[in-house]
Parts: sequence; structure tokens; C-alpha cells
Amino acid sequence: MNPIQERAHSISLMVANRPGVLVRISLVFSRRGYNIDSLVVSPTLDPNFSRMNIVARGNPTILEQIIKQLEKLVDVVQAKDHTNMNVVEKELALIKVKCSPEQRTEMLQLCDHFKAVTVDMTETSMIIQITGNTDKIDAMKSLSQKFEIIEYIRTGKVIMLRGEDKT
Amino acid sequence: MNETKTKKLNGAEVTLECLKREGVEIIFGYPGGSAIPLFDALYDSNMKVVLSRHEQGATHMADGYARQTGKVGVALVTSGPGATNTFTGIYTALMDSIPIVVLTAQTTTPNLGKDAFQECDTSGMTFAAVKHSYLVKKSNDLPRVLKEAFHVARTGRPGPVLIDLPKDVLAGVCTASFSDEMDLPGYKIPTYADTSAVEQTAELLKTSKKPLLLVGHGAMISNASRQVKELAEKLNAPVTSTLLGLGVFPADHELSLGMLGMHGTVYANKAVLDCDLIFSIGSRFDDRITGKLDEFCKNAKIIHLDIDPAEQGKVLQPDVFLCGDVKLVLEQLLPMVTRLDSSDWVKTVQTWKKRYPLTYPKQGGLRMQHVIHTLCELTKGKAILNVDVGQHQMWAAQFFRANYPRQLHNSGGAGTMGFGFPSSIGASFGNTTGWPVCCIAGDGGFQMTLSELATAAIHKLPIKIFVLDNKYLGMVRQWQDMFYDKRYSSVDLVGNPDFVKLAEAYGIPGLRLKRSADAERIIQKALDYNDGPILIHCECEKEDNVFPMIPAGAPITSMITETPKTKLEKPTGST
Ligand SMILES: Cc1ncc(C[n+]2csc(CCOP(=O)(O)OP(=O)(O)O)c2C)c(N)n1
Ligand SMILES: [Mg+2]
Repeated sequence: MNPIQERAHSISLMVANRPGVLVRISLVFSRRGYNIDSLVVSPTLDPNFSRMNIVARGNPTILEQIIKQLEKLVDVVQAKDHTNMNVVEKELALIKVKCSPEQRTEMLQLCDHFKAVTVDMTETSMIIQITGNTDKIDAMKSLSQKFEIIEYIRTGKVIMLRGEDKT
Repeated sequence: MNETKTKKLNGAEVTLECLKREGVEIIFGYPGGSAIPLFDALYDSNMKVVLSRHEQGATHMADGYARQTGKVGVALVTSGPGATNTFTGIYTALMDSIPIVVLTAQTTTPNLGKDAFQECDTSGMTFAAVKHSYLVKKSNDLPRVLKEAFHVARTGRPGPVLIDLPKDVLAGVCTASFSDEMDLPGYKIPTYADTSAVEQTAELLKTSKKPLLLVGHGAMISNASRQVKELAEKLNAPVTSTLLGLGVFPADHELSLGMLGMHGTVYANKAVLDCDLIFSIGSRFDDRITGKLDEFCKNAKIIHLDIDPAEQGKVLQPDVFLCGDVKLVLEQLLPMVTRLDSSDWVKTVQTWKKRYPLTYPKQGGLRMQHVIHTLCELTKGKAILNVDVGQHQMWAAQFFRANYPRQLHNSGGAGTMGFGFPSSIGASFGNTTGWPVCCIAGDGGFQMTLSELATAAIHKLPIKIFVLDNKYLGMVRQWQDMFYDKRYSSVDLVGNPDFVKLAEAYGIPGLRLKRSADAERIIQKALDYNDGPILIHCECEKEDNVFPMIPAGAPITSMITETPKTKLEKPTGST
């Protein structure tokens, strides 16, 4: 597949806060054999609604159809593809690395460079917390590989439109 | 009963009252443990309940009733296997945008997730087959949920809505008010189209010399026959129709080209190839009608009108997409259009109609085409046909000239064998036309739901049940004949019962039709019978094939009009 065709799309949804809504949404993807790369569900100011941010990659015309099918779901108030739009995109990752006291300085320099912080430290390990856009986190992860990564987890991307308007 | 209740009602009684308030007059159902509270409430209610013999039957009946009346059909079943038996019916309704509400009973709420007896994750299993669904956890939610369910089922692009009702929710006291408001913040119903899109449509139409209107089920659902006819006549544009759109525009109209697509008429398909503009009115460019997509209307402008915004660009990119209700949008458009410079085109199309008429061989044994044709002649086209799936279905579409909407009922999107007969029972209950309801079924499909003979008999429904028996799964046999070297694999229906005796076992009279020469007399006899259902066992030519035919996935230019002498390539399209 052409990498440009397969680029990641950031989709944001406003949904009624009802059981089943997540299944209905994921079925729209799975029916077409599409994978969801990341998914964040969070409450909104109004307890009746939830915000979902989904990252998925695939053929742009099929993703366009997916957005329309999402929008069609009775419990979905709004579905939008924010790719290429003026949005703030952030995610958070925790990276647990093997790190001996001798290695600490180098690791901390790396953290410093990425504005990451350490949130746990033992004689042999360290957990680093980093926030930012996807590329930044990817870069941090790849450089941390110099140390042995024990485990690693990301929250998935959250998106907010810049400026006064609502996402 | 007024808004403030004095007597305390339980969930089942409230459900029933909500159904009445939605205008429901009839329920098709089948009871069981979890559903007993509802059936108990029905015991001393004046609601008509039709006991089917299988839950699939109940669901197709609700569907047939909805297709016939335009109202919401209702099915009511028990939990577990009762619920799973409805899935084919729910999916059939979804594929054809039919408004039904399916009430499935469920184990008690504390039992959910514990593999209780006849517990089934009904809503989980049906998410992909419904327009919307509910698992009701509190009796007090019932009035709102029922109101929403009917609203969602019948509005916009209609479809099936499932309500899963735990037994304790049905048995528990409900104190909520019937006037509880709907809460559907994400649900939008398109009405009129954007003015700019309508103007663009009018502009595009003006430039067309070879226009073609393509009428689909959306036009039927919207009750837009009059507007479609007015548009066709005003523009002077020929009209072709999908299987589910047949009848919206009268077959006998001089601008009518009948059905297009895989088994459509030669002239409709030639018009698709040659037109310079196609205007789809409530059709979704199904693969049965487009054939090979890249070549479908390659050089024509495409205008697409649909109430479902997700249809835009789903199959092909139109030049203009009009999102809205067919009737309302055509009313927007009609004042903006005038007669087109299309008389040469209409003349050409009419020459094709004369040159390539639909025909069938007159020699040999009884032909299904002949049965349908005779039925059409004898009823003067004033009959309602609930058709099953297979060769007989395509011949019904070709040879029954539908001049009225809601007279041909087909499982189009799903192609569900077993649909025809139970749906004819639903249609018969909803029929106010005074015309006979005829079930047209093949020997294969009829055997999938024939247990409903009891239902038809008990209610003395005046249905003419035509079993068109070729002793084969004919449509599959045709493909094996044409594309698989006649390697007939699992299509021989040896072991068929004597359908006349079978009907008699249910107390239904049966007629036997074997020779073309007897067709008129015997069909007339069936039409004259007026004491409930009658079955006509038509023993037909065994190895007849449906033509014209465009092999699945092939371009329209590869249309075949008679049995080819040489072996054909296996089709590339699906089924
Ligand atoms: C439930 C279901 N199973 C299988 C099929 C596939 N199928 C389509 S047409 C057909 C043959 C139908 O045979 P019959 O009812 O005898 O009608 P005929 O084609 O002979 O007129 C089959 C098996 C289907 N459409 N539906
Ligand atoms: Mg058959």
C-alpha cells in the first residue's frame, strides 16, 4: 500500500453517553476490516455526552465513508476527520526502561531534551512520562531503545480545535 | 387512558399501551418464558396478535405488513432462540430499509451475563443488523424507548429497531409518564435538499439530450409516484427502475423501461449505456444494477438523490448529490425544470423497446414466465405479489407489469429465500386495496417457511400461494449450467413433497397446474376462490434460464440474451 494512502487519520466524535455506543462505532470499522490504532473516550462538560478520539489508517475514500456511517449512527451527534486541520493533538506515553545508576545521566539528558519527566525510579529501572504529538513520542521511544524498554503504553491521541470554536 | 395514570401499570402493560399510542393494530409473535408478561398483558387487550409458526416468519410478516401499509410492522418474540430466530428477518428489513420494531424478551436484569436459561446477548448479536436498538434496564424507561424506537424505525431512511426487554422490566411497575420526551440528540432526518444542489441539478438536466431517470425504493418509501411521473413527463425522460422501485412509475407508461441490471430489460440496460445523464431517485447503485462499476454510466453525468447522507459517494461519485426526502426534493426541483431536447433519444429508446421485448419460449412444458404473465393478465395487474428469491422472482419482476407502488414486494438487498410466503401473510393483514395477495415462491424457498401455512389457514387469509416448482434450486442451477460446465452440485430438490397434499394437510385447498394450456383456467379458479388461502402447485419446466443476464461483475455490454453455445467465464462479481 502507498504510505500516503495509509496515513493516520484523527477522528473526533461526540456521542450520546449510552451503553453499546462503543460497539456500534467499532463495528463500522471492523466490518470493513479496518483497525483502530488508538481510541480515547472521555467525559465532556455535559454528562450526557462523551467525546471520542479515534486514530485509524486506511484508504481515504473508505475513511470518508466510515465517517459518514459513524455520523449516521443514532447515538453519534457528530463525527469529524480532523486530519490536516488546525488542531492541537497530544498524547501521553509511559516508558519503562532498564536503567542502572551508571546509565541514569544519559537517560535524564534524553528526558530533558524531550521535556519528559521521570515518574518512577529504582536501582534498575525508570518510568518516563512524555507528552506531545505522535512524532515526538515515536522519537523518544526509538531513542530509549538504546536502554532496554521493559514496557511501554500510550494513551492515544486527544484532539482539540485551535481557537474559540468547539472541536 | 390519559397522561396521568391512576392504576399502577407494569412494564408489559405500559409497553402495550405505548404500542397502541404508536398506532399499532397488529403484532406478529411467538411466546416463551421471558415473554409471558407481555403475552399476559395481550390476553385481555384488543390488540390483534398473530401467532406465527416460527419467529423468522413473524419477523417477515411484520416486514410484509410494513411494505404493504407503509406503517411500522411489529414482531414480538421470547428470549434466546426466539430472538436468534428473528435475525434473518431483521437483516432482511435492514437491507431494504423496512420499518419494523422487534420486541425480544430477555432474561431478568440480574441474570444478564450469567448464561441464564435462554439468555442471549440479543442486542450484541444484532448491532450490525439494526438501524438502532435498545436493552431496557428500567421499567420507567419504557415510554421513552418505545417512542424513540418507532420514530427511528419510520423516519429518515427507515429500518429495523430492536428492543430487548428483560422479564423483570416487563413485570416491574412503571410510573413514568407516557408523555416522556424522546432523547435523540444524534438523530437527524433530512427533508429538503440544499437549494444550491437543486439548482445545480436543474442546470445539469438542461444540458442533457439523453436523460434517464432511475427510480429506486426510496421513491416508494417517500410515496413520490406522482412527483416521479410529473418529472419524467415534464422532462420527457425515460424511466428505469430497480427491483424494489418497480411500480412507482407505471410499467405501462410509454416512458417506462422496466427493470435494469443483471436480469433487467435489454432496452433499460442499453439506455444506461447510452444516456448522457442518469438521475437516481432513491436508489443506491447496488451491484445488481451497476454491473462492472468502472464502466457504469462512464460518460454520463450522475445525479444522486437519497435521504441517507452516507450514500453519497458510497458506490460512485455523483456530479451532484441531493440529500433529502424524494418527494420533498422533487417538489423543490419540479418548478425549475422544463422539457428537454430529448425527443430523438426517446424515439431511439422506444425502437429498442419494440426490437428487444421480453419474451419466453412458447414450446415445451409450463413456464414460470407464463404463469406470471397469465396472472398479470387475469388480474389486469391489480394484485399484490409477495415474491420469494430465485428464478421465479426475476420472472415475476419481468412479466408482472407493476403499475402501482407497493404491489410488488421483494427481498432485494438480502435476497432472503423464505421471505415470500410469510411476508404475504403480513401484506394480507395490511391489505386495504381489495386486490388479491399472491405469494410467488419457488419450490426451494417455499419449503424454508412453509410452516406458516397454518397461520394463513387459521386466519382464513385470502392468499393465492403459487409454488413455482422446477424441482431445482433453479437460480443456482442456472449459474452452474452457464458458468460451471453444468456441474449441478446440491441443487436437485429431489424429495419435494406433493405441495397439493401438503396444503390439504393444513386444510388449504390445492390446485395442480402442469400444462400451459390450463394456466388461464386454473389461475382463474384460484382467483375466484374466496374462502381463505389456496395453493397452486405449478409444475414447471425444469431447466429454464432467466434472460437477459449480465454476469455478476461484468460490464453491461456483456449482456447475454439467450443460452450461449459456448462455456462462459466464471463471473467475477459476488453471488
Ligand atoms: C436463505 C437463502 N439461502 C440460500 C440462498 C441462495 N439462493 C438464491 S436463489 C436460490 C435458489 C432458489 O430456488 P427456488 O426457491 O426453488 O427458486 P427457483 O430459482 O428455482 O425459481 C438459492 C439457493 C438465498 N438467496 N437465501
Ligand atoms: Mg426451484
